[in-house]
Amino acid sequence: MKIAIPVDDHSMETNVCQSFGRAPYFLIYDNESKESAFLDNSAAASQGGAGIKAAQIIVDSQVSALLTPRCGENAANVLKAANIKLYKTVNDSIKDNIRAYNDGTISLLDEIHPGFHNHGGK
Amino acid sequence: MKIAVLSGKGGTGKTLVSVNLAASVKESTYIDCDVEEPNGHLFFKPKNIQAEEISVKIPKVDETLCNGCRKCVDFCKFNALAYIVNNLLVFEEVCHSCGGCILFCPEKALSEKERFIGEVQRGISENVSVITGILNTGIASGIPIIKRLLSYTSEGKEFTFIDCPPGSACIVMESIKNADFCILVAEPTLFGAHNLKMVYTLVKLFDKPHGVLLNKCLPGEDNPSEQFCIDNGIKILGKIPFDHVLGKINSNAQILVRENQKYHKLFSDLLQTVAKEVRHEAVTNP
Repeated sequence: MKIAIPVDDHSMETNVCQSFGRAPYFLIYDNESKESAFLDNSAAASQGGAGIKAAQIIVDSQVSALLTPRCGENAANVLKAANIKLYKTVNDSIKDNIRAYNDGTISLLDEIHPGFHNHGGK
Repeated sequence: MKIAVLSGKGGTGKTLVSVNLAASVKESTYIDCDVEEPNGHLFFKPKNIQAEEISVKIPKVDETLCNGCRKCVDFCKFNALAYIVNNLLVFEEVCHSCGGCILFCPEKALSEKERFIGEVQRGISENVSVITGILNTGIASGIPIIKRLLSYTSEGKEFTFIDCPPGSACIVMESIKNADFCILVAEPTLFGAHNLKMVYTLVKLFDKPHGVLLNKCLPGEDNPSEQFCIDNGIKILGKIPFDHVLGKINSNAQILVRENQKYHKLFSDLLQTVAKEVRHEAVTNP
C-alpha cells in the first residue's frame, strides 16, 4: 500500500510542505517494500488550478492515502473521486507521519478549505 | 466620448461622480461595470428594463465517446479538467472558456454547454440610458459581462460614463480598455493616497489620459491625495466638498444634479474640464 506526502525537497530528511497543490515534490512511500520515490510536482508553477493538477498526479501514482497539512476543495474532490483517503499530518517530520499512519494514530483531514487561489499565506 | 471613473478602493465616490456626470448632460449612457455590487441603478431607478442573460461556454463530456486519452487534460492551462477512474471531471469555475479542449479532442467527446453567470439590464432614466451588469453570487470572473456591457458604448450618444469596479485588477483593466479618459476619484486620507497611487500606475500603464477628482475635501485640512497629485504633476480636475447637503441627498438615493443647482454647476464644470482635456489630448496625441 502506497501513501503520498507533499514535501519541500527530495530527501527523507526534508519537511512536510505546508501547501498541497504548490508543493515542489511529492514523496510516494510504499509501506510494504519501504521504498520511497520523489515526484516533481509539475502543478506547482500553474497559473491556476494547481490543486486539481496536483491531485491528478497523486491519483496517477496509485496511492491509497494522502497525508497533508491541508487540502483545497477542488483537489479534495478529485481525490475523493479516486477513493484516496486524506489524513492530516501530525507535524513537519516525514518519518513521524509515516509512523503515525502505520500506528493508526493519524486522523482524517476533515477541514477542507475553499482554496487560496494565490491569496494564501507564505 | 467615453469617460471611465475609477478608484483604488471602494467608497471613494465613483458612483456619485459617474451618476451625476451622466445626469448633468442632455443625453448620455451610464454603464455600471461594478458587476459585483452595481448600485448606480438605485439612483437612476430606470424604467422599461430589458434584461439579457449572460453565459459562458464550458465543455460537456460525452462519456460514451471519451477514451481517456487526456489530450484535453494536458492542454488546459488552467487545470480545469482531471481524468479520474475512467471519468473526465470538469471544474466549471476554473474553466476560462477558451474552447481549446473541445478543439483538441480527437474523439469529439467534448461539446459546448452554456453556464449562466449573470445578466445585463438596460433601462431609461429621463435623459440617461442606464446599463447595469449583474454577476451571480459565487462566480469568479465578471469579465464576460463587462465585455457585453461595453458593446453598448457605441450607441449614438455623445457621452458614455463607465462606472468601474474598485481596485486595479483585470476587471478594471477590461472596463477602461476603450475609454478616452479616466477620472480617478480619491479620498483625502493616507489610505486614499495609497490606493490612488495604484490606479494611477494602472492608467499610466495603459497610457490613458487621466486626471484626479478629489472627493470629501475639508477646507484647511491636509489632503495626502492632493499632495500626491502635486508631487507627480497629475492634473487635478476638481474638488468635491465633504458636505452635509450632498451626503443627505445622496443617502436618500437622489441624484444631486437633479436636486441642487450648486452641484449641477459643479458637475457641469467638471465635465467641461474633462472634455477640454480629451480635446487637448486629441490634438497633442492624435
